[in-house]
Amino acid sequence: MKAVITVIGKDKIGIIAEIALVLAKSRANILDISQTILQDYFTMIMIVDLEKINISFMELTDDLNRAGERIGMSIKVQHEEIFNGMHKI
Amino acid sequence: MGKLDNIMETIKMIEKEKLDIRTITMGISLLDCCDFNGKRAREKIYDKITKYGENLVKVGEDIEVKYGIPIINKRISVTPISLVAAASNYDNYIGFAKTLDEAAKTLGVNFIGGFSALVQKGYSKADKILIDSIPEALSETERVCSSVNVGDTKSGINMDAVRHMGSIIKETAYLTRDRDSIGCAKLVVFANAVEDNPFMAGAFHGIGEGECVINVGVSGPGVVKAALEKVRGESIDVVCETIKKTAFKITRAGQLVAMEASKMLNVPWGILDLSLAPTPAVGDSVARILEEIGIEGCGGHGTTAALALLNDAVKKGGIMASSHVGGLSGAFIPVSEDEGMINAVKSGALNLEKLEAMTCVCSVGLDMIAIPGDTPETTISAIIADEAAIGVINKKTTAVRLIPVYGKDLGDEAVFGGLLGRAPIMAVNKLSSADFIMRGGRIPAPVHSFKN
Repeated sequence: MKAVITVIGKDKIGIIAEIALVLAKSRANILDISQTILQDYFTMIMIVDLEKINISFMELTDDLNRAGERIGMSIKVQHEEIFNGMHKI
Repeated sequence: MGKLDNIMETIKMIEKEKLDIRTITMGISLLDCCDFNGKRAREKIYDKITKYGENLVKVGEDIEVKYGIPIINKRISVTPISLVAAASNYDNYIGFAKTLDEAAKTLGVNFIGGFSALVQKGYSKADKILIDSIPEALSETERVCSSVNVGDTKSGINMDAVRHMGSIIKETAYLTRDRDSIGCAKLVVFANAVEDNPFMAGAFHGIGEGECVINVGVSGPGVVKAALEKVRGESIDVVCETIKKTAFKITRAGQLVAMEASKMLNVPWGILDLSLAPTPAVGDSVARILEEIGIEGCGGHGTTAALALLNDAVKKGGIMASSHVGGLSGAFIPVSEDEGMINAVKSGALNLEKLEAMTCVCSVGLDMIAIPGDTPETTISAIIADEAAIGVINKKTTAVRLIPVYGKDLGDEAVFGGLLGRAPIMAVNKLSSADFIMRGGRIPAPVHSFKN
């Protein structure tokens, strides 16, 4: 399954590194990254493949939330289906 | 880039505009729990509900994490208890209400609906016992919700039941007088009640339903309001289109949750109820949508038309998005649960008469309205009769959830807390309807031709 990770907060050094580390540890594969600055806020959207993860989705969410707390960013992980469902006929 | 915009739009809807799934409601048939021995029947009911609903809350929470969308309530609806308790040797059904309450507590659901009777044409012995048990049942339980259907388009209106419910509402208000008569917030009087409504307090599992079913109610007034803010000054056509598109997206999120819950619980999915259900939180109000459409304050002239187009556009967008739409589906206008409505009442813009007109074009009816505690029971019955007439003649569901707040009068406010909110006491017409109500009998089913 694919998930969408969104990271929003103040720009700083090491955001991608911190999150990529969590993802690599749990064997999640990053498929795409895009980032932009929206109204002074750093916004990063990652599409990741969770087919081979070695922990549960819930645990990965917890790990990412903790990483978010460490770097002071808000991180959300969502199954990609919600975006497909809402925006495709 | 389109995909990223979509992702950000969804996240904004959830984070800022309060998009949520309002309820996952599991409907459970209790028809096989009938027993002459009332105690045995209650045991069967408790066992069945707690077995079927065992994983409901957990599954709801898992889905919340998976899709990152809040699911506010997990609830249970059951077969109208008057049907289940009819075989029992009990002469009141308060014990059955307590059993439902215990089962709800065990499962961790905040409401359980179905302490109900369907008396649109007449009472069975059990219907009478159930209705007489309502005041005590609602005052002695915390999570049980009750509803009574007093009329429908094919049967007319049971005016004996209408009269009866006036006194039941007053008695319920008295028994819960220490908490601003909150018992009445858990009691709905319907005309044309639907069997698959997932929203409380009026949810019950109809007899045409299966053994167990998952119904989901979506919400999202804040999302509609935010979408309309971007089309200020444009024509009504654009307003309708915008609401339709927004309703489509909201409904799709609900459909996804419904399918997932059905799969994880291994229970068939029933329907999606695409209602705009407000909460007392700022930014989650139906009244504010009407104001965004161009009415200075909810209740001003044009309110009924604006509500009609809103209700219709929500349905049109939602029906396209989901394969099974049902329940009440439309815009709710519960006064105490809508920050904009509360404000409109306080400022004098909105009164009971205008609310009655609004109920002609939106889903449900006079909802969560606090009235003076000394309102005569025949006046309450007459309000129910008016509302039921609107429903029966226009082939739509209408409901009345009035709270005659004991010891309070105009200028006071009732505070219920949580999702039930707070309500300024509203004025009712002082003229007596007693002679009309005391006649009793039935209003015949209406003719379905010569519509003028």
